[in-house]
Amino acid sequence: MYRLLKSLGNWLDARVGFRETFLPMMLHPVPRAIDGPMGWWYVFGSASMTFLLIQIVTGIGLALVYVPAADQAYESLLYLNYQQPFGWFLRALHYYAGSGMVVMLLVHMTQVFLHGAYKYPRELTWVIGVLLLLCTLGMFFTGQILRWDPDAYWGLAVAGSMAGRVPIIGPWIVELLLGGEVIGGGSLSRFFTLHVFVIPGALVAFLGLHLWLVLKCGISAPPVPGQVVDPKTYDKEYHAELKKGVPFFGDALLKDILFSSLAVIAVVVIAAWLGPKGPSGPPDPTIAGANPRPEWPFLWLFALLALSPPSTETFIILVFPVICIAVLFLVPFISNRGERAPSRRPMAVLLVVVVYAVLAALTYEGHTAPWSPVMTAWSGDPIPERLVEGAEPLSLQGALVFQYKNCRNCHALDGSGGRRGPDLTTIGARLTRDQLIDQISNGTPGGGNMPAYGKQMNPAEMTVLTEFLVNLRPEGQPAAGSGASADSGKN
Amino acid sequence: MVHDTSITPPPTDDSTSPPDLAPPPSTPSRRTLFRWLTGICAAAAAVIAGIPVVGYFLGRRPRKVEWVKLGTIDDFPLNETRMIMFDNPLRQPWDGITAHTGVYVRNEGQNGKGEDRFLVLAANCAHLGCPVSWFPQSGLFMCPCHGGVYYANGEHASGPPPRGLFHCVWQVKAGTLEVQAPHYPTLQDTLDGTV
Repeated sequence: MYRLLKSLGNWLDARVGFRETFLPMMLHPVPRAIDGPMGWWYVFGSASMTFLLIQIVTGIGLALVYVPAADQAYESLLYLNYQQPFGWFLRALHYYAGSGMVVMLLVHMTQVFLHGAYKYPRELTWVIGVLLLLCTLGMFFTGQILRWDPDAYWGLAVAGSMAGRVPIIGPWIVELLLGGEVIGGGSLSRFFTLHVFVIPGALVAFLGLHLWLVLKCGISAPPVPGQVVDPKTYDKEYHAELKKGVPFFGDALLKDILFSSLAVIAVVVIAAWLGPKGPSGPPDPTIAGANPRPEWPFLWLFALLALSPPSTETFIILVFPVICIAVLFLVPFISNRGERAPSRRPMAVLLVVVVYAVLAALTYEGHTAPWSPVMTAWSGDPIPERLVEGAEPLSLQGALVFQYKNCRNCHALDGSGGRRGPDLTTIGARLTRDQLIDQISNGTPGGGNMPAYGKQMNPAEMTVLTEFLVNLRPEGQPAAGSGASADSGKN
Repeated sequence: MVHDTSITPPPTDDSTSPPDLAPPPSTPSRRTLFRWLTGICAAAAAVIAGIPVVGYFLGRRPRKVEWVKLGTIDDFPLNETRMIMFDNPLRQPWDGITAHTGVYVRNEGQNGKGEDRFLVLAANCAHLGCPVSWFPQSGLFMCPCHGGVYYANGEHASGPPPRGLFHCVWQVKAGTLEVQAPHYPTLQDTLDGTV
């Protein structure tokens, strides 16, 4: 039996050339230091790849049931969630393994950046890595659309409106993106094709190239302070290092396997615990109360847009992402030599800290979205009782006007309500009656954040509303403008 | 013949089998012709196959004008804003409930000549397309995404939108208000042609 298999193997090998081509790859040495504790820095790339394998398997599974048609996608998702055995789990795993893939890619990329592993001769490996990141983010966005719920519908709307800002050819790009004049079946088929055929094809091709480059250029040794990269001498030094190297298919691979296993276990537990994400509701754009939010990798961009002055928006939408991507591509060409150790590259470390701090802050802002009005606050959040305790009838009437005119959607009282405008719990101590009337009537001049309510309410309503507002002040504190409070009024 | 000199045998470093790739001395013009022919055929194949394929991928369906009946004039009380929903005829047959479309309609009475005046506004915010809600209590449209606010007449009141709400094209025919089926409106591709 063994001899039969062996002769079959030889027959195949004579034609395929497996030993000649792949054996050296499998036996290739890696720098010895990777065998030590520093080797743990090298596990994130393979973990991303493990997650990609999960995505391929679960994606094929989901495609067996999912219907990429606008009138049935939602129903097929419900079927997956509630009828198909383990359908809910596959959907959950596909979402959380995808999230895990983005996280691992970012960690991998950060490690490569901090260790200067992108320097000579691995510039192209970095460039292909950036393409892999872009493909993965593209998968995330297109995947969210396949969840064909209101978030998907309005996500497409936002994408369409952004594309519509491209000068001259904007309208044409919008139709190309939406696959028609309205958001519907054409749009879904388009994003299905991107998510299932186009981007995965590119992703696998780039991954093959990335791995080939890793083999061709070799895995970079852990950085040592003082050991600089010089393209003239690097190859010789690296080959000398490999002479004392260890085979990759040894303990180095064990670290990869152990870490990937732990990562998979974590994602499986999270998926089983949290369950599938959505669909949040049927894809009917006339259902009131839609409150679309982008997926988490894009929250920072959502926040950046919302927090920037409107005049810079088109720049942020159309030019800023191109600059970001270009900078990522250019990293290895800005500096492909010199020190690699983070301890000798303080600016690189600082850059990573600043970029992640900014991304984290923007993501948090995007998650809480304080700029979004709370559309139900006017009827859903009652006036805190303590603010109207013992109030005069005029004030009480003003409180009603305050709710009824939807002020609460943007202005919180005691922290509940919208946060687009300032919290008005102590407004009476800060603005006088005249200032209030001016602010309410005219809003923020020049189309700022507050609409002018001058024509939206009658004089009687204005009178009682300001009566309510001037009385909103901490106990014992005089009203703004009343002599004694001249100082506190300016706070 | 100029071409004679341009054809050189490809360099071979494989000493075991020195193939004679150089063309026979008498036929260089035939070789040249063959190369040109191949190039022309390949280009022709790429063009005739490519044009319809590129046209398929990048082409736009010609826009149709479809009118949708929203209701008789009596259905719209004077100076009241209402959301009217309909199935958008620009849909594809398999669009399902995704083709549901809502527009805000306001009866603005008659002008001096006794003609009916209506305001028909798309529900998409002019900022990034999110669905605005109408608040009759304060007479404002508010957008849930970035807090764009519009007055009852659709004009921009506050927040990031660069313009007012998009106006739909409407007509009154035999006492019935009709609206031109709206495509997805964007800043350079509005519903009434005004940018």
